[in-house]
Amino acid sequence: MTTPRLIEDSFDLDRPDRAGRPMFQLIDPEGVLTEAGARLGVSVELAQELHGDMVLARRLDKEALALQRQGELSLWLMSWGQEAAQVGSIRALQTTDMVFPSYREHAAALCRGISPADLMRQWKGAAHAGWDPKKSRFHIYSLVLGTQTLHATGYAVGAAMEKTDEVVATYFGDGAASQGDVNEAFNWAAAGSLPVLFFCQNNQWAISTPASIQMRTPLHVRAAGFGLDAYHVDGNDVMAVHAATTLAAERIRGGGGPALIEAQTYRFGGHSSSDDPKRYRSDDEFSDWERRDPLRRMEAFLRSEGVGDDYFEALAANADAFAVTVREACRSVEGSPLEDLFERVYVDQHPQLAEERAAYLAHVSSLGSEV
Amino acid sequence: MATMMLGAAINAGLRKAMEDDDKVVVMGEDVGVLGGVFRVTDGLQKDFAEGRVVDTPLAESAIVGTAIGLALRGYRPVCEIQFDGFVYPAFDQIVSQLAKMRARSGGCLTLPIVIRIPVGGGIGAVEHHSESNEAYFAHTAGLRVVSCSSPDDAFHMIQQAIASDDPVIFYEPKRRYWEKGEVTAVPALGLHDAAVLRPGRDCTLISHGPTVKTALAAAAAAEEDGFSVGVVDLRSISPLDLTTLRREAATSGRVVVVHEASTFVSIGSEIAAAISEWCFYELEAPVLRVGAYNMPYPPASVEDDFLPDVDRVLAAIDRSLTY
Repeated sequence: MTTPRLIEDSFDLDRPDRAGRPMFQLIDPEGVLTEAGARLGVSVELAQELHGDMVLARRLDKEALALQRQGELSLWLMSWGQEAAQVGSIRALQTTDMVFPSYREHAAALCRGISPADLMRQWKGAAHAGWDPKKSRFHIYSLVLGTQTLHATGYAVGAAMEKTDEVVATYFGDGAASQGDVNEAFNWAAAGSLPVLFFCQNNQWAISTPASIQMRTPLHVRAAGFGLDAYHVDGNDVMAVHAATTLAAERIRGGGGPALIEAQTYRFGGHSSSDDPKRYRSDDEFSDWERRDPLRRMEAFLRSEGVGDDYFEALAANADAFAVTVREACRSVEGSPLEDLFERVYVDQHPQLAEERAAYLAHVSSLGSEV
Repeated sequence: MATMMLGAAINAGLRKAMEDDDKVVVMGEDVGVLGGVFRVTDGLQKDFAEGRVVDTPLAESAIVGTAIGLALRGYRPVCEIQFDGFVYPAFDQIVSQLAKMRARSGGCLTLPIVIRIPVGGGIGAVEHHSESNEAYFAHTAGLRVVSCSSPDDAFHMIQQAIASDDPVIFYEPKRRYWEKGEVTAVPALGLHDAAVLRPGRDCTLISHGPTVKTALAAAAAAEEDGFSVGVVDLRSISPLDLTTLRREAATSGRVVVVHEASTFVSIGSEIAAAISEWCFYELEAPVLRVGAYNMPYPPASVEDDFLPDVDRVLAAIDRSLTY
C-alpha cells in the first residue's frame, strides 16, 4: 500500500536546487583563478578589455555623483559595485542584440556607445530619456520596476516570428523580481520558448529592503520553475559573468529558449544620490563586499598575469581625461523649452493639445509684452 | 456594401487591416482558436499566417507590455482585453508605458497599438463585466480613445485606429455586438470626427457607444411631443471634436450629455465644462448629464434601473427645456 510518506519521498523535496546552486566563479576575490577558472582558462586580453570598461564606468559614477553634490545633476543612481555584472554581460552579447535596461545600467550603456551627456540628460532633469534606442540597440531606461521585461518579451515575440538568431536581453534587479510584470514575462517567454535573456543583478538591496524580505526561493531557482534555463553567477567576477552570458546567449540563439542569469553583486552606493544606506546596512557588510570589489579583483588578476604598471598608469590617465569630458558633457546638457514638448506627445496632432499649446504661447507672449 | 452585425463588422475591419498590412497582429485571451469570447476575431487565426493571431497567457499587463515590445520592433499589435473590468491589471503598462513612450523618448519612439475593450453593461453579466472606464484613459495624455456605436463605424474605425501611429483605446459597445446595420465601402468621417446623427433646434444630445441608440430613441420620442432634439455621436473621446460640439450646442442652446459611465468626473463633465466655456452666450440652459450613478456597477437584477434609459434622457431634456 502506498503511504503518504512514500509519495512525499518520490518528489525529492529536499533536492539541492531548492536552496540554490553554487555561484559560477572563474576568478576569486583575491584575483586568483578558481578551479573552474584554471580548468576553463581565462583570456587575459579579454580581461583587460573588460577591466578597461569597468574603470571608465566607475569613473563616470564618481564624477556624476560629484556633479550631483555640486548641484549640476538633480539625481544620480550609481552602478558603482555592479560594473562586472553589467560589463561582463553586455560585452558577451552581439551589438545587434536589443537590450532593455532598468535604470542603473550606466556601465552597460557606456559599452553600447551611449555618451555621458546622453546618460546624464535624464538625471539633470533635461529630458526623460537621453538616447535613440534604435541606434544604440539599448532601450531607454524604465523607472517603473520590471516593466521593461515585458517589452523585451514582446520584442522577442517578433524575433521568434521572424526566425532571426538574435537574443533580446533585459536587466532588472532583485527588488523588481517581486513585480508581477517580471513573473509574467518569465512565464510568457518560457511558454513561447522566446529568445529572451533575463539578467538579474541581485545587488542585495531594494533601497532599504533586503532580498531576504523579497523572496524565500533564490531567483534562479524560481526561474527554473518557470521553465527558464537558470544560471547563478558571481556578479562581481566579470570573467564569470562574461562566460555565463556567452553560454546562455549561444544556447538562446540556437533555439534553446529563454534563460535567466542571477548575478550576485552589491550596490556600493545608496539607491540614489538621495539615499543614505547607513540607515539600513552595516559597515561590516559593506566591508565584506568591498573585499569582493570587481575592479580590485581584476587588477590583482591582471597583475598576477604579468600586466604591469604601464598598463594601469595609462588606464588611469585615460580615466582622468574621460572625467574631464564627463564634466564638460554635463554642463553642455540642455533641456527643450516647454513649447517643444507639446509636439512630442502624439504623432498626429491632438486638437485639444494644440489649443493648449496656442494658449501657452499666447500667455508667454502676453507676459513679454508687459515687461 | 453589406448589412452586418457590429461584432462582425469589427471582424471584417480587422481582417481588412491584416490583409492590407502584414505588420498587424491580433493578440489576446482566447482570440485564436475560439475567436474571442464575443467571436469578434472569429476565423482570423485560421485565415492568416501563424503568429499573426496570438492566444496569449491570461495576463493583461503582459498582453499590453508584450505588444509594446512588438510595436518597438515595427509591428502594429491589436490587443483584445476580454472585458472592460479586466483592463486594470494592464493599467500601468497602458498609462505609464504605452501612453508616455513617445513623450519620454523625446518623440523618438512611437507605439501604434490598438487596445480593443468590449465595454458597458446591459447583458446581464456578473461583476467586472459591465464597466465604462473611458474617463481613466481619456485623462491620460498620449492615448487616443474612441468609441464606436454602429456597424459602419465599427468597420471603418477599427481600421483607422490600426492605421494611427498613436496608441488607441478602442471601445466596443458589447450589448450592441449583435445589432445590424449597413456598412459602407468608404468611411464618411475621420477617426476623431463626431457625427451629427440628427440635427436639433431645441436641444442637442451628445452621446457615444452603447447609449447612442438610447439618445436616438429619446430624440424620436421628443419629436412626437413637438421638440426638435438633435443627436451627436462623439465617436472620439480623446480628442473630442469640439468644433462639431460647439457648433451644435450653439445652434440649439441646450445640451444633454448621455453616457453609461457615472457622471462624476466623466467625459460628460469635460464636455459640460468645454461647452460652458465656449458657448456661454448661446446657451439657454446649463449642460446636463445623464449617466450611471456613482457606485460600483450593480448586480444584473437592477442594471435596467441603473443604466441611462429613454425616460431618464427625456426627463433631462424636459429639465433643460424648462430653464
